[in-house]
Amino acid sequence: MRIGVPRELFADEKRVATTPEVSAQLMKLGFDVAVESNAGAAANFSDASYEAVGCSIATAEEIWRDSDIVMKVRGPSPEEAELLKSGQALISFLWPAQNPELLKQLTEKGVTAIAMDSIPRISRAQKMDALSSMANIAGYRAVVEAAQNFGRFFTGQITAAGKVPPAKVLVIGAGVAGLAAIGAAQSMGAIVRSFDTRPEVKEQIESMGAEFLMLDFADEDGSGEGGYAKVMSDEFIKAEMALFAEQARDVDIIITTALIPGKPAPRLITKEMVESMKDGSVIVDLAAEQGGNCELTVPGEIAKHNGVTLIGYTDLPSRLATQSSQLYGTNLRHLLTDLTPEKDGKIVVNMEDEVIRGATVCLDGKTTWPPPAPKLSAAPKKAKPVAAPVAKEKKKSVWGPIIGMVIAGLALLGLGSVAPPSFMAHFTVFVLACFVGYMVIWNVTAALHTPLMSVTNAISSIIIIGALLQVSSDSETIKWIAVATTAVACINIVGGFAVTRRMLEMFRK
Amino acid sequence: MTTNTGIIAMSYILATILFILALGGLSNQETARRGNWYGIIGMIIALVATILGPRVNADSYGYLLVALLVGGSIGLLAARRVQMTQMPELVAILHSLVGAAAVAVGFANFMDPGRLQHFAGVDLTIHDVETYLGILIGAVTFSGSVIAFGKLSGRIGGKPLTLPARHWLNLALLIAVIWFGYVFVQQSPMGGDAGMTPLIIMTVISLLFGIHMVMAIGGADMPVVVSMLNSYSGWAAAATGFMLENDLLIVTGALVGSSGAILSYIMCRAMNRKFLSVIAGGFGTGGGTAAAGGEDQGEVVPISPEETAELLSDAKEVMIIPGYGMAVAQAQHIVHEITQALRAKGVNVRFGIHPVAGRMPGHMNVLLAEAKVPYDIVFEMDEINDDFPDIDVSVIIGANDIVNPSALTDPEGPIGGMPVLECWKGKTSIVLKRSMATGYAGVQNPLFFLDNTRMLFGDAKDTLEKVFKAL
Repeated sequence: MRIGVPRELFADEKRVATTPEVSAQLMKLGFDVAVESNAGAAANFSDASYEAVGCSIATAEEIWRDSDIVMKVRGPSPEEAELLKSGQALISFLWPAQNPELLKQLTEKGVTAIAMDSIPRISRAQKMDALSSMANIAGYRAVVEAAQNFGRFFTGQITAAGKVPPAKVLVIGAGVAGLAAIGAAQSMGAIVRSFDTRPEVKEQIESMGAEFLMLDFADEDGSGEGGYAKVMSDEFIKAEMALFAEQARDVDIIITTALIPGKPAPRLITKEMVESMKDGSVIVDLAAEQGGNCELTVPGEIAKHNGVTLIGYTDLPSRLATQSSQLYGTNLRHLLTDLTPEKDGKIVVNMEDEVIRGATVCLDGKTTWPPPAPKLSAAPKKAKPVAAPVAKEKKKSVWGPIIGMVIAGLALLGLGSVAPPSFMAHFTVFVLACFVGYMVIWNVTAALHTPLMSVTNAISSIIIIGALLQVSSDSETIKWIAVATTAVACINIVGGFAVTRRMLEMFRK
Repeated sequence: MTTNTGIIAMSYILATILFILALGGLSNQETARRGNWYGIIGMIIALVATILGPRVNADSYGYLLVALLVGGSIGLLAARRVQMTQMPELVAILHSLVGAAAVAVGFANFMDPGRLQHFAGVDLTIHDVETYLGILIGAVTFSGSVIAFGKLSGRIGGKPLTLPARHWLNLALLIAVIWFGYVFVQQSPMGGDAGMTPLIIMTVISLLFGIHMVMAIGGADMPVVVSMLNSYSGWAAAATGFMLENDLLIVTGALVGSSGAILSYIMCRAMNRKFLSVIAGGFGTGGGTAAAGGEDQGEVVPISPEETAELLSDAKEVMIIPGYGMAVAQAQHIVHEITQALRAKGVNVRFGIHPVAGRMPGHMNVLLAEAKVPYDIVFEMDEINDDFPDIDVSVIIGANDIVNPSALTDPEGPIGGMPVLECWKGKTSIVLKRSMATGYAGVQNPLFFLDNTRMLFGDAKDTLEKVFKAL
């Protein structure tokens, strides 16, 4: 089958849906790849570099007409969608919830449309999760943009020309983008704090080296289905806003990444908070496209308010076009690998496959969106059923040891009532020795368990004494048995000690 | 020359103390070597005191010298020759010798006509029971260890032999042993050869029982079996000590017996198994037929030795998790060379050892020590399991069940609840494996299908040599 990659027509879109490197791998799956002339130019991939790996260069018209699969970054414009025909497949971001007309148009055309934004967030599909790869880039770029507009160093320094305080960065929302922003800001030397409504991300935030801002509030779990956040209660939001107001006065840079799927972005930073910030502070609003987390954000632009710079770019991934094309192309390749199980260049849309089912929004003239809801969230909820049976077991076994001890005690008393004193003396020694052994052995370090076994083996050959005592017997048979036993036990003594010594010699610092 | 009994008793006490110090010395590597010398000195004192004692005639010295020299040289030769990867086999075969000695001493003691002069009535009954028990435990230890040796050295297949109704069979054998014990105690006061028949029958039954018991245990449970046999050899010595009324034997036997029992317990806990269920056997059917066999788990991502080398040199924290596969491939030396090369580059390389990795308690530690890996970078599971989130690359060499996340996620599975090394919490895991076969527990390992896992297929030694070259 032939894959066509047209140039992105959306204003200022610099990304491209495939790179020369990815194309080469697609060809290994049995596909032909055609790329529109100059499609990769804005992302620094020349036509020549595509041709070098065996792609053909075509005009836009040829791409839309002759391709079996069209791969794009942005969803097609109505004009572009008009060029598609039944039997063709389209893979790109589509946002079916926000673009019902486009979905209708594609369905009527009989196109197989696969939306990269609808790939379910399950672990198996992580390698094709383009939202995550783009969010990662956006988070990184957000810090770069902030640094660009911030008048100071990120890192604190003490120089001959005076002391420079480190920049304080607050990252709101610790999804993929938030974590990437934390990592980037942290590595530039800033003091990073972060807040998220989902308590399970505390660990992730701390693992990136940022401080997790705790909200003084009774437990409310903000995790919704599929690992996304959900809308919180009014009291929670009030407490949250108080926290932001307090932080706004203190920090130099705020990066907001809070999004709730299918809802406008929550308003987290009010006009008053912006006005309370120090002059020269920067706010980067990654939710600008969905209306913005900050009241004053102007989507797509940089705004100034009261000495604070508000960055509302909606095309952060496109501003790092080479990297984002590379990652997006790789996500597409992973998806195509799953779509071509035979590796023969023919795609099979297997609606039994959870990932493909979730991403396919229309097929054979029918709309197949929305898919059945994903069921998987992060792990912690599973912990409870594990704990329960353990507790039960313990309750059951309380009587076990007691009954055992009683029986053992009675048996010992019974033995004591018949046994002669000489036996009792030996028995006392035996029991005490067991306890000495018990105490001593628990102190043995696990690394030395093998030497322990060989040395105990050597000393258990003390049984040789039994043989020695018999060797002077009058009976010839007993004598020879004793001599043989002595030899056998001696193998053990010398062998055991020698091998222990050999092993212990090897343990060294 | 004869030595008086007081001196002998003192020598025995001295030997006892030295043995306890020998075991106590193993609490860390520095004192362990000294501990071994204590053990050797204790043994020499006990031997010399006994030989010079009143119960050994001077005209027996010749025989004894020959026996000691022959036995000693065989032992020394075996200890010199054995490769560290064969340690479990050596330990198993040495256990069988203790068992054999206990049986021989028991029989010789029974045949001694002086027995009836020393004992009568209850004393005789108790003495006979002690003899009987000593032979019983000795015989089980002997045949069990021989089978364990066979399994460990690959002469007998690792799969458990599960006879139908094997629990009933064991019960029947036990009842038979008790019955013949009763018959033996009844007959023995008659003197002469009376009682010999039930004693021999019991010995045969015990031998069969030992064989059957170990045959039914799967390869993965070998650490438990080896330490259990270790324990038995101690109890055999203790029973012989009762028989001979010798406190030194009793104490030493009890020390060894409880040592083996504790090791078995530690091993069982490391696998979250009940001791009885291990002994009952049948676990680890090998084929992977039972759980999750046919289920499609996703795909694995292979990696080349060169890419591995690159990942390793870019990492800051590396954890190496060895398993039985490292022992099989004899890869410990190349592992050490890679470790050295990485540490020279400033990479913090550490080793994480699961208690049941290998076929014997502490097996991996011995192998790494042989390859001269410094022991202060070798850690137990409990010490390092919390560090995995900071680990950049975990290298899993021929291990499977001990790094299986389903032990935690699937409490009902065959290895559910077993503590495992949580390497998947690190950034990347590289698994060295010959094929996609399952581990001894026969459970598919979801670790291999995780996104941050890379598979490096091939013989561990060959592939690691390639990795080393690429470094």
